[in-house]
Amino acid sequence: MAIVATTSRFSKIAWPTLAWVVALIFFFPIFYMVLTSFKTDADAVKPEFLFSFTPTLENYANMTENYDYWRFATNSVITSVLATLFALAVGVPCAYAMAFNPSRATKDVLMWMLSTKMLPAAAVLYPMTFLTKNVFGVFDTHFLVILVLCLINLPIVIWMLFTYFKDIPKDIIEAGKMDGLTTWGEVKEILIPLAWGGIVSTALLTFIFCWNEAYWTVRLTTIDAATLSKLIEGNRAPEGLFFGRLSAVSTAAVGPIIVLGWFCQKQLVSGLTFGAVK
Amino acid sequence: MGSIVLDKVQKKFGDVEVIPPLDLEINDGEFVVFVGPSGCGKSTLLRMIAGLEDLTAGKVNIDDNDVTEVSPAKRGLSMVFQSYALYPHMTVRKNIAFPMRMAKVPQDVQDAKIEAAAKSLNLADYLDRKPGQLSGGQRQRVAIGRAIVREPSAFLFDEPLSNLDAALRVGMRLEIMELHTKLKTTMIYVTHDQVEAMTMADKIVVLQAGVIEQVGSPLELYHTPRNKFVAGFIGSPKMNLIEGEEASKHDATTIGIRPEHVSVSTTEGMWKGTVGVAEHLGSDTFIHVHNTGLDTGEGDLFTVRISGDIAVSHGDTVYLTPQMDQLHKFDAQGLRIA
Ligand SMILES: Nc1ncnc2c1ncn2[C@@H]1O[C@H](COP(=O)(O)OP(=O)(O)OP(=O)(O)O)[C@@H](O)[C@H]1O
Ligand SMILES: [Mg+2]
Repeated sequence: MAIVATTSRFSKIAWPTLAWVVALIFFFPIFYMVLTSFKTDADAVKPEFLFSFTPTLENYANMTENYDYWRFATNSVITSVLATLFALAVGVPCAYAMAFNPSRATKDVLMWMLSTKMLPAAAVLYPMTFLTKNVFGVFDTHFLVILVLCLINLPIVIWMLFTYFKDIPKDIIEAGKMDGLTTWGEVKEILIPLAWGGIVSTALLTFIFCWNEAYWTVRLTTIDAATLSKLIEGNRAPEGLFFGRLSAVSTAAVGPIIVLGWFCQKQLVSGLTFGAVK
Repeated sequence: MGSIVLDKVQKKFGDVEVIPPLDLEINDGEFVVFVGPSGCGKSTLLRMIAGLEDLTAGKVNIDDNDVTEVSPAKRGLSMVFQSYALYPHMTVRKNIAFPMRMAKVPQDVQDAKIEAAAKSLNLADYLDRKPGQLSGGQRQRVAIGRAIVREPSAFLFDEPLSNLDAALRVGMRLEIMELHTKLKTTMIYVTHDQVEAMTMADKIVVLQAGVIEQVGSPLELYHTPRNKFVAGFIGSPKMNLIEGEEASKHDATTIGIRPEHVSVSTTEGMWKGTVGVAEHLGSDTFIHVHNTGLDTGEGDLFTVRISGDIAVSHGDTVYLTPQMDQLHKFDAQGLRIA
């Protein structure tokens, strides 16, 4: 008994402490970034000025005046929202078919979808750039960004939805069939209401992935369809090491997503753990 | 109307033939029970009738219409599942209303039918609850309610009572039988409980490995089983099947005698044995007799059922005498010899 009691007292203190330490380690870069965004570029490179500096909004003012933050932000919202919606529009029927009418190939198809995530993006950089620029002429368009974001996230979307749909008893779908539902009716009346939590989790996660995507959005856009990732990228090098300005841009780029994540914590956790944690 | 004719229906899952080509006729208004051991294809056959399972070959006719290619929704059948399969996100009222909503039945007709169903199934107090807040028996009633309001041409039940406890099962069994008497709609009922089969059915279909072993009324199956399998499957406790010398005396490969057709004496009789286990139920006594010297396929264990109580216990010597007119004889293929 005594041992058990000590262990549990120990773990009551140790685990939360560990959790806090880990959380702080992860949080520190973000904190540092936000802090730096209120420094002048000169202050920013001096480590001794971690806390003692004169806060300034100069970086933020500069950003909206010179860089048109709002246009990048609008592009980010448009492309992320639409890519998420399209991915769901394709993913829901697809996962439904695989969950409730599996064939012998279903498992292989799922594995194949996942395997596409293993292809290094850099490997197709040249063909992608060449084709979109010179053949299809869609380079730097919203259409292209939405298409690419949608496609790179589809495997994850389908996997997640498939896992949620599989939890719905087949009998309920079959009862629906007997009661007169069409295929679309099954999706609308049974599947979506029963898997709603899972669908929302999937949508949130996809939205975040789209928002944060940098490899393709940076390389396949110049101005018209450029997203916040491009804005950060653009502030990185050309004018030297302007850490204050870069931090302000980054803060403004990740801010919305952090706020969103904060409010949707529960949904996100269930999404990331595929519903394994209650 | 609800006559169903299966014409050489066959089902394969991949290369495995679960149902070899099979013919069956079900008349309008009949209560038909499919029985058979687990995995024999009862559910598969039922689902083929429902349209939930594609046929590999053959035809399903309902009321003389070929519905083989017709979707489940359009066959006009209702199904009650073992798992109830209620819509968990809808209230009882919405669950029952669902098939009517799909069929675009006017709201006032819907309400009247829900009212009537709820009343006859004792669900009136639960209409606004979700299925998760109901007991197993209540859930099954909702499932039946949902099936009734469609006014189907036939009801399909797949082991609807097997998730209920024994007492509730007897009650629900009676309710379903009353429902059948009232509605006079064709019902097809799958079970592996042969008491349910015997008590409910107009017609029993005994299946083994996807093959129909016999079709007949409960008493036909009881009195004249077509083969050894049906003889052993129908009746509880099981019929005693004896091979070897005793059987040859009757010019048969196997003879069968039901436990209730044997009399027991402590002094004299045809076969002698010792009591192993005696189960005293009050109304009946089941005596499992060993050392009978009979080749019963389970060593020489022989089961007897005596009406009322009889004072025998473990180790007693007893004499068994079968009623000769109740003897069943089977040939080398296991078929009944008339
Ligand atoms: N989707 C499927 N794929 C492959 N085999 C299947 C499938 N469904 C059923 N089977 C096989 O078909 C056979 C018959 O199954 P079925 O469910 O009809 O049996 P059952 O008589 O209803 O049994 P139980 O009394 O246990 O419910 C079984 O051997 C089963 O393994
Ligand atoms: Mg079954």
